[in-house]
Order: sequence, then structure tokens, then C-alpha cells
Amino acid sequence: MATRSAFHEQLDNLQHDLLKMGALVSEAIEKAVESLATVNVDLARQVIASDDTADQMLIDIETRCLQLMALQQPLASDLRTIGTALKIVTDLERMADHATDIAKVTVRLSGQKLIKELVDIPQMARRVVTMTKEALEAYVARDVERSKKMIAMDDEIDRIYSMVFDELMGIMQNRPETVRQATYLLMVAMYLERVGDHATNLGEWTIYMVTGELKDMNQ
Amino acid sequence: MAEQARISAQNLDLYYGAFRALRSISLDIAEHRVTALIGPSGCGKSSFLRTLNRMNDLVQGARVQGKILLDGKDIYAPDVDVVLLRKRIGMVFQRPNPFPMSIYDNVAYGPRIHGESNKRVLDELVESSLKGAALWDEVKDRLSKSALGLSGGQQQRLCIARSLAVKPEVLLMDEPASALDPISTSKIEDLIRDLRETYTIVIVTHNMQQAARISDFTAFFLSGELVEYGSTGAMFTNPKDQRTEDYITGRFG
Repeated sequence: MATRSAFHEQLDNLQHDLLKMGALVSEAIEKAVESLATVNVDLARQVIASDDTADQMLIDIETRCLQLMALQQPLASDLRTIGTALKIVTDLERMADHATDIAKVTVRLSGQKLIKELVDIPQMARRVVTMTKEALEAYVARDVERSKKMIAMDDEIDRIYSMVFDELMGIMQNRPETVRQATYLLMVAMYLERVGDHATNLGEWTIYMVTGELKDMNQ
Repeated sequence: MAEQARISAQNLDLYYGAFRALRSISLDIAEHRVTALIGPSGCGKSSFLRTLNRMNDLVQGARVQGKILLDGKDIYAPDVDVVLLRKRIGMVFQRPNPFPMSIYDNVAYGPRIHGESNKRVLDELVESSLKGAALWDEVKDRLSKSALGLSGGQQQRLCIARSLAVKPEVLLMDEPASALDPISTSKIEDLIRDLRETYTIVIVTHNMQQAARISDFTAFFLSGELVEYGSTGAMFTNPKDQRTEDYITGRFG
């Protein structure tokens, strides 16, 4: 006879809410980068406002994880599922913070013309959003192979980041008046690179949840 | 298992009449460690515990095949003195069962049976056993009072002291805290952790968290079989067998 069904239903709800938070975060990153590419301050402010929702979800999910630990004393895969939720929720919240960071750059650039049309940064954004979505799908499906494939995508993010870095350095050296804006853009590229690392963490924790083995795959 | 084995069960079968209660159990019990036996009711864990000091000899129709080695010697060999065996491998039961006599006489009972009559030796044994069972401070001023006046938790620690008084090497415990309140339970659990310095302990418990808290190794029994045996840390975070997983996460039982 199956027992503890109420507990397992709560675990399912927890995963469901993590997915919702993941969707919110992906959308925030997409909008933040769009606001930057079009210097759309209104859109940027929407992203900044949505960060409160992510913060609230973080607190809610953390509280429920800790309560489940205290009240249900989970073991084995249940323990790993809750431990993973606690870690993943932190990564998601950091990703949301980076979306806000990017939106704040848009606000700072208000009224300015971009020093160049953004190509690589939106490309990085698309890739980290894909990684995030893949990470969450793999998490829900408890799919180790899919997590590994997703983690492998981070190499390309790192490559683009280093390209953007070199390009912006070159622009700053040739046109010193761009230093301020180029630095902001460099920070945006770095935020996106960090988002990729957080997505990698989601994959590592998914693999842990399924296999019980914890490995640092962010090489 | 890398640890030094104190007791080694080898292809052990136990029958109650025609019923095969244990199926080819092979398991090494590490010295100076706490080994927890877990599993649903009727899985054979208590039966296994009882084979370790031949308590099943007292059950009519019970029959054992295979070996249990204590320090390499089969405890079921014909020349084994069962009374002496049970002195070496003591047992604490689920319900505290103090004798209806004084606290002192309860603890001195075993040594007296084994021929000790020197008052000074007995005094020392009673004191060291009660200290070993973390009960001395609570009862030292009323050793001549009836043991039945103690609380349930104190009675259980008295029973542990009574086991310790004959200087056993191994302690078997059959759900020693299941009839106790949380504070008494936590005292017994602390005590078990301390006792492993001196003794090898095997404990049957239905309380999974208790097994997780106090044991070094855990053995999961199901339908008379040993399904999985390993370090408690690994067992409760990442069991290898799906049946273990299902049992400890409450997906059946």
C-alpha cells in the first residue's frame, strides 16, 4: 500500500512551483536583454518590478522545503529532491537578480544611443534562456542525459563571452568616449555568463537528485 | 565491509516449523559499531537479532541452518555453552522488564548467577554498570528501593545496566526505545552512541530516523531476506535497491 501520499503531493507541488519560478526567470532575462537592445526603459522597469515576485517565491519555496524537512524527515530520493529544490531555488533567484541587473543597465543608458548594434549579447541571452528551460525540463523529467547535454551548452556561452569581452575592449581602446557604456555592456555579458553557470548548477543538482552523486561540471 | 567483523552470519536460514523466516542471510557485524536492522513487521529482523544469541532456541520448532561466527567460532556448534554465550552477547528488550526487586539487586542479579558473591566486587559492578547506563546519578541514593518505582525510561536504562553488569561484548537491542517518551528516547540514543566505544551493538528499530541517528551500518530486511546492507549515511541518502528506497521513503509499508 502506498503511504505518505500527502507528503509526496507536497513534493510534487514544490517542483511545480520551481517550474513556475523558472518560467518567470526565463521571461525576465529575455525581456531584460530586449529592453537593453532597444533601450526601452519601460520594459526594463517591468523586469525590475518582477524581481519582487521572484524574491517572494524564493522565500515561499525555502520555507516549504524546511518545513517538509522538519515535519516529514525525508530520506533517500525524497531527501535529495528537497535538498535539490533548496539549491535550485537559490540559483533561480540569482538568475532573476541578474535579469534585474541587466534591466538596471538599460535604465542607466536611458536616452543614449548604443555604441553598436547588439548581436552577441542577445545571442548569449537566447542561449542561456534555452539552457535554463532545458535545465528545468530535465529536472522535471529527472533526465540525467538531458542535463549533461544542457551543461555542455555552457562552453559556447563562455566562448561568446570571451569574444564580447575582446570586442568591447577593442572599442574602448579606439574610442575612449565609449568606455562608460562599453563597461556597462561588459557587465551585461558577465551577468549572462553567470546565468549560464547557474543553469549548469541546475543540471548538476538534477544529476545529484537522480543518481545521488554530486559533481562539479562547470570546468 | 572493510571494518573488523565481530559477528559473521553465513548463509543463515531460520525455520519456524515449515515456515522459512530467514533466507540465506550473510552479514558481517562490525566491532565497536552500531548496526541497525530495519524492515517492515514480519520481515525477519527481530528473528535475525534473536539468532545472534540463540534466543530462538527457546522457540518450539525453531531450527537454524548456516553459521553464525563470533570471533570466528560458530555459536551453534554443539560444544557451545549457551548461558556463557548469552553472557557475552546480552540483550535488551522492547519493554523494560526490571525484576520485582531493588535497583541494586536487579543489576547484581547477573553477576550473582555467574557466581560472584564478594560484596565489594558487586558494589563496584553495580556502580560501574549504572554509570555505564547513565542512570547512576538518578538512583545512587535509592539503590535499595524497588526498581518498579522508576520511570519507564529509567527502567529501560536499568535493564541496560543489568546487561552491562555481566560484562558482555555485544549488546542486542530489540526496539529499546519504542515504549519511551521522546526525552527518555533521546537519553537511550545518547547512551547507545556512548556504549559503542566499549561494546558492539545491534539494534532493531521501527523508527527510521532513530536508525539514521544512532547507527553506523544499516541492514534492510524484507520477507526474510537481507535486501541491502551498508553504511547508514549512504543508505539513507542514496540506497542502491529500489525496495530499500520504497521502504524508507514510505512508498510501501
